[in-house]
Amino acid sequence: MPEQPESSTTVSITIDGREVVAKKGEMVIAAAENAGTYIPRFCYHPRMKPVGVCRMCLVEVDSGRGPTLQPACFIEATDQMTVVTDSEKVKKAQDGVLEFLLANHPLDCPVCDKGGECPLQDQTLAHGPGETRFIEEKRHFEKPIALSELVLLDRERCIQCSRCTRFAEEVAGEALIDFLGRGDQVEVAMFPDEPFSSYFSGNTVQICPVGALTATPYRFAARPWDLEQVETTCTGCAVGCRVAVQSSSGRLTRLLGVDADPVNHSWMCDKGRFGFEAVNGVDDGNEELALTDPTRRLTEPMVRKNGTLVPVSWSEALSAVASQLKDAKEKDPQSVGAIGGAQLTNEGAFTWTSLIKGIVGSDSVDAQLGDGLDAQLVLALPRATIDEAANACTVILLSGDLREELPVLFLRLRHSAVEAKNSLIDLGPRTSALSAVAKVRLPARPGEAPLVARALAGDVAAVTQLKGHREGHTFGDEDLASAQHLLGEDGSGVVVVIGRTSVAEDAAFVESAARILHQRYPNAKFLPALRRGNVMGALEMGMAPGILPGETSLAQPGAALRSWWPLVPGIQGKTALEQLAAFGDGSQEVLLLLGADPLADVADGALVERALRSSGSLVCVSGHGGAILERADVVLPAAVVHERAGTTTNIEGRVSRLGQKMVAPGLAWSDWMIAAELAAALGAQWEFTAVGDVTDQIAAVVQGFSGISSNALAQPATRDGVVLGSTAAPTTAGLLDPMATPGMVSAEEFGLGSYAGIVRGEEQAQAPTSGAGAPSLTTSLSSGENVISPALDNYSLRIVGTHTLYDNGANIVGSPSLSALRKVAVAMVNPYDLDRLGLATGDKAKLRSGRATIILPVEADAGVLRGTVVLNANVTVHGAERRENPLASLVDSSLPVNDVVLESL
Amino acid sequence: MSQLTAPKIVTSRIGFDDSFTLDRFLATGGYEGLRKALTMSPSEVCAQVDAASLLGRGGAGFPAGRKWSMLRKNDVSYLVINGDESEPATFKDHLLIERDPHQLIEGVLIAAYALQVNQAFIFIRGEFALGLERLQSALNDAYAYGAVGTKILNSSFSIDLVVHPGAGAYICGEETSLLESLEGKRGFPRIKPPFFPAAIGLYGEPTVVNNVETMSNLPWIISNGGDAFAALGETPSTGTRLFALAGHVRNPGVYELEMVKNTFRDLIFDPALGGGIPSGGRVKAFIPGGVSAPWFYEEDLDTPLGQGQVADKGSMLGSGSVVVMDDSTCMVRAAWRITRFFSRESCGQCTPCREGSGWLERILYRLEHGEGRVEDLDLLLDLCDNIAPGLSWPPQQTTICVLGPSIPSSIHSAISHFRDEFLAHVKEGGCSYA
Repeated sequence: MPEQPESSTTVSITIDGREVVAKKGEMVIAAAENAGTYIPRFCYHPRMKPVGVCRMCLVEVDSGRGPTLQPACFIEATDQMTVVTDSEKVKKAQDGVLEFLLANHPLDCPVCDKGGECPLQDQTLAHGPGETRFIEEKRHFEKPIALSELVLLDRERCIQCSRCTRFAEEVAGEALIDFLGRGDQVEVAMFPDEPFSSYFSGNTVQICPVGALTATPYRFAARPWDLEQVETTCTGCAVGCRVAVQSSSGRLTRLLGVDADPVNHSWMCDKGRFGFEAVNGVDDGNEELALTDPTRRLTEPMVRKNGTLVPVSWSEALSAVASQLKDAKEKDPQSVGAIGGAQLTNEGAFTWTSLIKGIVGSDSVDAQLGDGLDAQLVLALPRATIDEAANACTVILLSGDLREELPVLFLRLRHSAVEAKNSLIDLGPRTSALSAVAKVRLPARPGEAPLVARALAGDVAAVTQLKGHREGHTFGDEDLASAQHLLGEDGSGVVVVIGRTSVAEDAAFVESAARILHQRYPNAKFLPALRRGNVMGALEMGMAPGILPGETSLAQPGAALRSWWPLVPGIQGKTALEQLAAFGDGSQEVLLLLGADPLADVADGALVERALRSSGSLVCVSGHGGAILERADVVLPAAVVHERAGTTTNIEGRVSRLGQKMVAPGLAWSDWMIAAELAAALGAQWEFTAVGDVTDQIAAVVQGFSGISSNALAQPATRDGVVLGSTAAPTTAGLLDPMATPGMVSAEEFGLGSYAGIVRGEEQAQAPTSGAGAPSLTTSLSSGENVISPALDNYSLRIVGTHTLYDNGANIVGSPSLSALRKVAVAMVNPYDLDRLGLATGDKAKLRSGRATIILPVEADAGVLRGTVVLNANVTVHGAERRENPLASLVDSSLPVNDVVLESL
Repeated sequence: MSQLTAPKIVTSRIGFDDSFTLDRFLATGGYEGLRKALTMSPSEVCAQVDAASLLGRGGAGFPAGRKWSMLRKNDVSYLVINGDESEPATFKDHLLIERDPHQLIEGVLIAAYALQVNQAFIFIRGEFALGLERLQSALNDAYAYGAVGTKILNSSFSIDLVVHPGAGAYICGEETSLLESLEGKRGFPRIKPPFFPAAIGLYGEPTVVNNVETMSNLPWIISNGGDAFAALGETPSTGTRLFALAGHVRNPGVYELEMVKNTFRDLIFDPALGGGIPSGGRVKAFIPGGVSAPWFYEEDLDTPLGQGQVADKGSMLGSGSVVVMDDSTCMVRAAWRITRFFSRESCGQCTPCREGSGWLERILYRLEHGEGRVEDLDLLLDLCDNIAPGLSWPPQQTTICVLGPSIPSSIHSAISHFRDEFLAHVKEGGCSYA
């Protein structure tokens, strides 16, 4: 039942004779739905503006001037309004609309993917005529046509509801599809030579109320009645979209976005939606694939013998690793380290941290790969939720292009800028997808972020310094003034989205900028734009040097943790880049790669190559094959996403449940089990029998997590997850609208799923420890590394290292549908600089840094600042080996910034 | 008894070969109305239009003065002239644009001054090639003459006027669809609310949309006074109107007649007007106000040409286009041809109109071509009822705009009055008129 109404925000209306309370401004269709009266609809979608075109929701509305037929989706509930949804007149109108919709509809339901979950079928059954009176020839179109590599359109099935065209324009901001033609010949069409290439195209398939739009990965893959569904959180990036994952006949077939109000509003990006193909693997003939093939699933443990990896039993593989860990524990704990953790569940992160830090005693664990931010700072900054960022008066963007890195966060912020007119201040070094809707752009070139932050904070000397750049300053005084105006006195209502603006510069620049903004605007909150799946969960579980689970420093372990861990590392450990260097020079003997692939993920290629040439022991815990296995000494096959239960934490600190849909192939284990077995081999007595035990152990011993037991997370009210330390009450998910996301089974109907294992008593949510920032890490707010950016010489361009969604990441290369869409490497340069060098788009040019000289095609891009060159991380030139990564070849991660000389061949 | 003594208000220059030139316009009192208006206050101009009781000439017949008074007060507002005359047999604005473009421009300027609007648009049907050429050239001349632009005719009032050709869609004659098209978007009618462009119109700003003929009346009204205009016709149908007469008449064409004082019989049969039916046959049916309107029959011939008089008999004077069908006309074919027009011009936005128009057209085609069934008659009417519930006039509608409920008019009229003819088509397997 709704809360007690307040007369200023509610109105009283009568629906079919029942008096109900509706929110002021709410459309009749939503008010009726909330009151339990479902009005049929096609074009209406709760996350888009109503248009009232399908006319399915016609009901009789009387606002005092007599009843008339009105579309319920386009008429606001007003006080004393009378709505009749079941009169003969309404029934005839709705019958009529359905009959009209079916007139030209092909009725090829038996061969249509939508058959069985089709709103047109369902609503015809519920509201339509029993028989057709249409005996004419139906309209014909070629079927289907490709709108893009991923989306096909069957125009005969289309009912012109405009959901897809509206999504493209209104939600994604890419009006690449629109209507063509008139009358019943109207069709959805693309513009000539402009395919519907959007990172969000799968959403149009999800919301299509008929089988007109289909996605290539699901086409003819299953029948809806054979689908099994589990609700989970997507870990393709760190936004943490709630999704329903569906399988049929033992293979994943489809992901649908769940309408989680605080997170993804039912949307997903195509990488998250179609990346499931990587879980399935390419086919059942996996044995044929080389270990280096990223589409190969790892199904058995392997140990290198006589130079070759050979399959062994789990006990042999584990004892090989355990003996190395035992040696290290006794002699020199610092000789062991682990890189990775963002691919793990919270439970995996906690068990691995407990193993390396609490049992072996090494603090060298780093879930980030040199392309993140200082974990202590990230955890100490006052943190904003996604909702807070979307509702902020002003958002500062100090991150990479969010559409490339955290796509659904981009959708949320774009929506807030376009619809709610919130102000964006864009500090990115190149234009991003949000720049077009930003109020002010103050671009910070590589190394300049602290100066721009100081300028924002009112430091005139910083402005002078910015003006002293070879190319002059990038913004005018009036831009700065209007940005300062938007930030107000103390930053109240301001959210800073903080991530890496470039992986080719030292992270300290952005970190320093964040400290400056925090000091000048103490009420501003920060939303970390860290990219990788469960990176925040890993950091909160202590997977970074110098911190322990619960966001505390090594010096301040919580009492419960201290009593559970045999020991706590005394010395701060090494970051990922430091570990690679130490592994390369032999000072670190064991390197565990926890789902991380430095060949793909580290921007300094030479550092990685040197590390891989070392004689140390390399242990890979991974679900997929890859080039890194050529060097691995031990391979431990792990379950991947959708094959494991547990919890995950998104950028805002929201802990949500992961659902297990599949059984991991072969002998692969869940990440926490591998760590637990190793811990047992080292003498620990954890007694975990199921993942829920680990979740409950976290709640029991990690500060601030006591409210997040497996039982607490299994409540319907926490379906969207819980934000640690947030004062906002968990939202109760509304009833599923089957017409909004056809094919999704409601959680209520399907059952929430359950954890195996023992639930340890009810936990009461406790007062937060995070959210306001982790107290024991606050020193990182005031002090940090101070790096100086050297002046740019007259001949060089400074590298901006950015990310693209379709890079060579494991999810992309492992998914055939996405693999074809991968971006190729190209050097993006300001047209002015390109002219100056006598080059034009498409030309090949030489890029020379201190590390290497490579040849790349160049592309003029006005969004690139003069004096800079933009290169994407983890992409290759056309046809090259996946590990030949131009950015990584050029970049030296020990330098504060990286410059190249660009020359024509 | 025709009353042909009334002054020619909008067609006074039509007889001149060079009626469209600035020279002829100036020689025949051109821009005098504007000069006079500029000496008056804007509210005085509005008062004259109110006094004239000028009804909109676009089809709906809404009083122009009342429409103006609804314009929301705002820093920016627009005046848009609807010259997208595209309905079959409607060609009165065509004449005004081609033959007296300066009169239209003068009317627009008077309206803009009255409304204190500084930007106006004339949206003209793209197929009016000659009209477009003449209107554009007249506008250029008017700019050169100083009647349009900055501080027009040495007054303190400035106005810019843009002529914008449509791209060939009938639906853009619907005012909100026209505004969408003018904004560069696909011409989909806007859903209500907002109910009137006067509140939220072009680019979201308050906008008055008026018809070409309505504007062309303004110079005369200002020159001669609103009362002189109101003295013609009978309240509320004051002044004269253009009637586009087509179909089975000896003299098809555009006639300017005083409102109410003449009947349809006068218009069709008076030797000085339509001149009667060439074959000497009888009037089987006629459309009194455009193909959206329910039909009239022989017994309705003596209905006066007034808005209320036609409405009282269950149809509308609409756009003033009168189509005469004599007894050689196949009613099935007539209904089919009209429905085919609507099915091709439905914008495709609302389901009932998009799908219904095409379905109705296909059924009527079958009937006309000998493949009809008896049950098709009830099917036609029921489908019509699903577009315009109740089949009453003025219609209820299940669609956003009035194109949808316009479709049933001809079908309902034809079946109601000529059911036997439809049944004969079924029985005889085709059309005996062909």
